[in-house]
Amino acid sequence: MRTLLTVFLKEVLDNFRDRRTLGSALLMGPIFGPVLFAFVINLSIERSLDDAETTLELPVIGQEYAPNLVAFLYSQNIDAIDGPADTAAAMDAVKTGEHDVVLVIPEAFGEQLAGMVPARIELVSDQANSDADRDARRVRNSLYAYNQTLAGTRVVARGINPRALQPLIVDEIDVSTPSGRSAMLLGMMSYFFVFAALMGGMYLAIDTTAGERERGSLEPLLSLPVTRDQLIFGKIAATCLFMTLSLMLSLTAFYFSLNFMPLEQLGMTPNFGPGVVLAALAIFLPFILVGAALMTLVASFTKSYREAQTWLSVVLIAPTMPILIVSILTLRPRTEFMFIPSLSQHLLLVDMVKNEPINGLHVAISVISTLVIGIVLTWVCARLYRREGLLG
Amino acid sequence: MITVRDIHKSFGKVHAVRGVSFNAPDGKITGLLGPNGAGKSTTLRVLYTVLKPDGGSADIDGADVVTDSLAAREKIGALPHGAGLYPHLTARENIAYFARLCGLDKAEVDDRVDQIVKLLEIGEFAERRTKGFSQGQRTKVSLARALVHNPQNILLDEPSNGLDVMATRSLREIILKLKDDGRCVLFSSHVMQEVAALCDDICIIAHGRVAIDDSIDGIRERTGCDDIEDAFVKAIHMVGPE
Repeated sequence: MRTLLTVFLKEVLDNFRDRRTLGSALLMGPIFGPVLFAFVINLSIERSLDDAETTLELPVIGQEYAPNLVAFLYSQNIDAIDGPADTAAAMDAVKTGEHDVVLVIPEAFGEQLAGMVPARIELVSDQANSDADRDARRVRNSLYAYNQTLAGTRVVARGINPRALQPLIVDEIDVSTPSGRSAMLLGMMSYFFVFAALMGGMYLAIDTTAGERERGSLEPLLSLPVTRDQLIFGKIAATCLFMTLSLMLSLTAFYFSLNFMPLEQLGMTPNFGPGVVLAALAIFLPFILVGAALMTLVASFTKSYREAQTWLSVVLIAPTMPILIVSILTLRPRTEFMFIPSLSQHLLLVDMVKNEPINGLHVAISVISTLVIGIVLTWVCARLYRREGLLG
Repeated sequence: MITVRDIHKSFGKVHAVRGVSFNAPDGKITGLLGPNGAGKSTTLRVLYTVLKPDGGSADIDGADVVTDSLAAREKIGALPHGAGLYPHLTARENIAYFARLCGLDKAEVDDRVDQIVKLLEIGEFAERRTKGFSQGQRTKVSLARALVHNPQNILLDEPSNGLDVMATRSLREIILKLKDDGRCVLFSSHVMQEVAALCDDICIIAHGRVAIDDSIDGIRERTGCDDIEDAFVKAIHMVGPE
């Protein structure tokens, strides 16, 4: 135990002295997350404000054939401007990105309308371009509204109640709460927490094997009257400490930066107060051991510091994969998910941010299974540390 | 006192050590001499227990290096080939770290570090971080680290590599001091002159086997060469590659 403590303290001192590495590990991970996050949030706020308030300038070919439609669009905050010469030119303009959407009104429009023949108009857009698609959707909705208005007028002229055209009314009741809506976006947070924690311990994990070997300090260390188990446990403990520090910094950074994000404008009020921050820390702690042991394990197979760095950047991605898959498939928390480290922590955090009741069984399974996996990985590390191949 | 009995060690297809035996008694300096790749480092690595021999046995003051490796490590101080320091720690911290790992308590650590710093004349750069140390300074700190717990048996793998004349001379003085203290010193080298100047017994190794194990005069006699370099070359040719 004393040996373990000696190794631990030395690694802590050594790592604190290495300012550059420490800086990148303890600042990069925790700060990268909130900054990227603030950027994404502000971007989505900007875009959602765009939709309703700004005037859309829509190139319309053949405005003169449908003055009423143009006037209607104007009332919908869509201004008709002069467009390209013809449909072919319009398609080119959209393809090249000169215009996002172009409306084409053929010469026969007025005639068809008067003759009660469905009047054809053309909407040119690129549906693969999501940004342009929003504008197209807005124009399409306005056109449907115009369609409804015209249909209404026609049936009234025949003495029919226009409501006959509307046999159904669909009322959508959204049960999502402001905290719930924020969970989708804030689910990203756990990705950054996992990332920050791993970054914080990466250099130490490499140093335990590849670093010591490359420096030539491994053989002198192994020739001392201590067991290798004590050495590696001390080193993994130090790795855990720096991972925890990095995680704490990341949590704090998020806590403060969320105050500066205009989340209310998006209808989100994330439940991320000091209590949740502490609970998140507690829930993520067992994962620290898994991360530290996993990184040490992978680094122990590598021949050099550089090779270890390359492999560990792959390891940085691995724990975030289950989070990504579950987020894309929008799966609900299930008991069996709680056996998977990083995923269980993510799902529990999302529930907390949503301000939903936390399932005690889920917490217990998450903590115990993650700890068991961490201990098994640590044991494997210790076994590998006894190999002769360790010397490289 | 180090006893080596017929040890073998292979790395894949390379049979690096093929039955090396010798004794390194207390109060004497024993030299392991051999050309590059002869198996000197492998033999020493078996002795400081980072490698396990495929066959044969070795013990340090009676502690077997395989079955009782922790006890064997307690009795040795090792300076591996190309030993490195922790660049962010000072020379003193590097030495103290090893002292603590050897089980010395806090007061003992301070005492012993002071003594060894004085003995090896490290004082001038003891408080500096070891990043950027010269080869001579690094070797001295590595040696101090190996000696800090006062081991009876001292294993040095090519300690004079990369040292200038002054540093080599002071290293030689330290080794002689250790001998006068009654320690068992075993060191490897590929430089005949250096070994001849220091060692009481010389064990010449080539192709993983012992060619001659004798005193310097004994070697001269058995090879029939007066010149030590000629004697060395002749001894190496006594054992074939297979």
